[in-house]
Amino acid sequence: MSETPPNAKKPAARAAGRNLELPEHLKSYKGVWVFIEHDRGVVHPVSWELLGEGRKLADMQGAQLAGVLLGGADEPLDRFAADAYAYGADLCYVMRDPVLKGYRNEPFTRGLTKLVKEGKPEIVLLGATTMGRDLAGSVATTLATGLTADCTELTIDPASRALAATRPTFGGSLLCTIMTLAYRPQMATVRPRVMQMPAKDSTRTGSIIESSLDMVEDVVVTKLLDFIADANSNKNHLAYADVIVSGGKGLKNPENFALVRELASVLGAEVGASRPVVQAGWVEAERQIGQTGKTVRPKLYIAAGISGAIQHRVGMEGSDIIVAINNDANAPIFDFAHYGIVGNAMQVLPALTEAFRAHLAVRARRAA
Amino acid sequence: MHIVVCIKQVPDSAQIRVHPVTNTIMRQGVPAIVNPYDLFALEEALRVKDQHGGRITMLCMGPPQAEDALRKCLSFGADDAILVTDRSFAGADTLATSYALASAIRTIAKEQAVDMVFTGKQTIDGDTAQVGPGIAKRLDLQLLTYVSRIVELSLDERSIVIERRAEGGVQVLRTQLPCLVTMLENTNEMRFANMDNMLRAARFSVRKWNKEAAGIEDVTKIGLKGSPTVVSKVFGPKPRTEKADTESLEHSSPRDAVLNLIQKIFTRNPGLEDELVARTVVP
Repeated sequence: MSETPPNAKKPAARAAGRNLELPEHLKSYKGVWVFIEHDRGVVHPVSWELLGEGRKLADMQGAQLAGVLLGGADEPLDRFAADAYAYGADLCYVMRDPVLKGYRNEPFTRGLTKLVKEGKPEIVLLGATTMGRDLAGSVATTLATGLTADCTELTIDPASRALAATRPTFGGSLLCTIMTLAYRPQMATVRPRVMQMPAKDSTRTGSIIESSLDMVEDVVVTKLLDFIADANSNKNHLAYADVIVSGGKGLKNPENFALVRELASVLGAEVGASRPVVQAGWVEAERQIGQTGKTVRPKLYIAAGISGAIQHRVGMEGSDIIVAINNDANAPIFDFAHYGIVGNAMQVLPALTEAFRAHLAVRARRAA
Repeated sequence: MHIVVCIKQVPDSAQIRVHPVTNTIMRQGVPAIVNPYDLFALEEALRVKDQHGGRITMLCMGPPQAEDALRKCLSFGADDAILVTDRSFAGADTLATSYALASAIRTIAKEQAVDMVFTGKQTIDGDTAQVGPGIAKRLDLQLLTYVSRIVELSLDERSIVIERRAEGGVQVLRTQLPCLVTMLENTNEMRFANMDNMLRAARFSVRKWNKEAAGIEDVTKIGLKGSPTVVSKVFGPKPRTEKADTESLEHSSPRDAVLNLIQKIFTRNPGLEDELVARTVVP
């Protein structure tokens, strides 16, 4: 990804005469790899989402899809591998070593780099989590190859057969497609919930390729002293919530944001927010939805007073049903919402809260 | 204690507008600011200096006008500032950027050994979070990303204990200096610039290094040439396919509008209605 924003008008000229041809010795790189992120016995769901996406890319390339598992000798890596097959992997590269228990940059960078050098994959995908980004940046630098962060769409470019990775740019006001043409592997990170969770097929099987790290604890400088689990686990529910009610600057002031919380409470929903609202300090940063916040795909997303800039859109357009409440009939959010009410959110929200409360109470009483 | 803080000058993204017809960025008049995430890195470095003494060198790669961003950091209390600026750096992706910055830090270290490097967790224009890890790898520094707190720092033992944001919790790590810290946002609050520092910053002679002065050894690793990633296309969001099914309060009462809306939602997904009902506590 370019640190210097590209000139939107002449990307072709910008790329002219450089890094466009794949050297002969890199043509043997084959297959799609997904780094399977796990911590304290649980695989991060973004890894399964990536296997779903990786499956499509591997099929387009006529190549195999592999899961990559690094972990401690006593961690259930075989169980994770079985899950990886169920989510689409053909095989798993497994590296077990006591040094790899609990994520640390140095041994994981060493391990993944070693696996890539041995296995020569064409594409390596990682979740854009605090672990995946930490690791991807280090591995890509060590391998001196291209890495594209926070992709929202991955496909194979028909002309070059290269990975075409699309991501928002300019703080989420435009999208750009980035390719690594002359280096291998091609690396990309994708944020949780950006890709769909694939269906699980537990009848699928695969094979394991074991590899060793060759690193002793004494040479690892950084020590993991402790892991303090979040007390407020609520924060983590946002990305995987079924129903989300979000508010934006159209609510005018922080006091009015309470209307969003009230509707959320009636629906048992999570509260979300747009970037301007978080920057203004109305809502904590963990609630931000969008390119620089969380990506969500709930069954129902209600956006009140949010205009729908790309920054926000890329974080929620995967939602099943999008409802927009905005007093500007021309707001971009109505371009991709399914239902909308054009009107003052301060009027609509209380009415909607009351109507949902009454409707659900009647239905619940009938059911009881 | 010698700390290098890396910053970037970025356009204030809150003020960027996209041309509605051509889908190009309208940059005219968009103010340039210090990448907001970098200020958390600078403040944390200043706190380390407050406690342990030492010296803070600011480092920035960018066009000549990025000097303003460095001056801003000097006004908060940084001691020295270097702008790495050369036309040959243009078009650098994160790999080429980390090479140039790592080379400059090596050159800085020849004047005085570097104990810690601080960066923000990412920039607001690139949003990649890749340059910090890249610099650390190139300089063989212990990498500490998404740091929320420095728990303990001992210069005698050259050891540091930090907390870093992980998925679902916080990792507590101990490592040895030299290290690179990428600082998480909202972990501290930038101090006010005092008058002395503001006057000093205004008069300060920011050092400008071209590629030779920065100690770039391999010119094929900088700028466009040193960038494996190629931007093949820049485009706006997909044009609308279908307009939302909307109801306006100009024509209906809020009550009618919301009742219709609920009807539409539950018709489209009846299962959702059952789930919400199941969650509802009967009064």
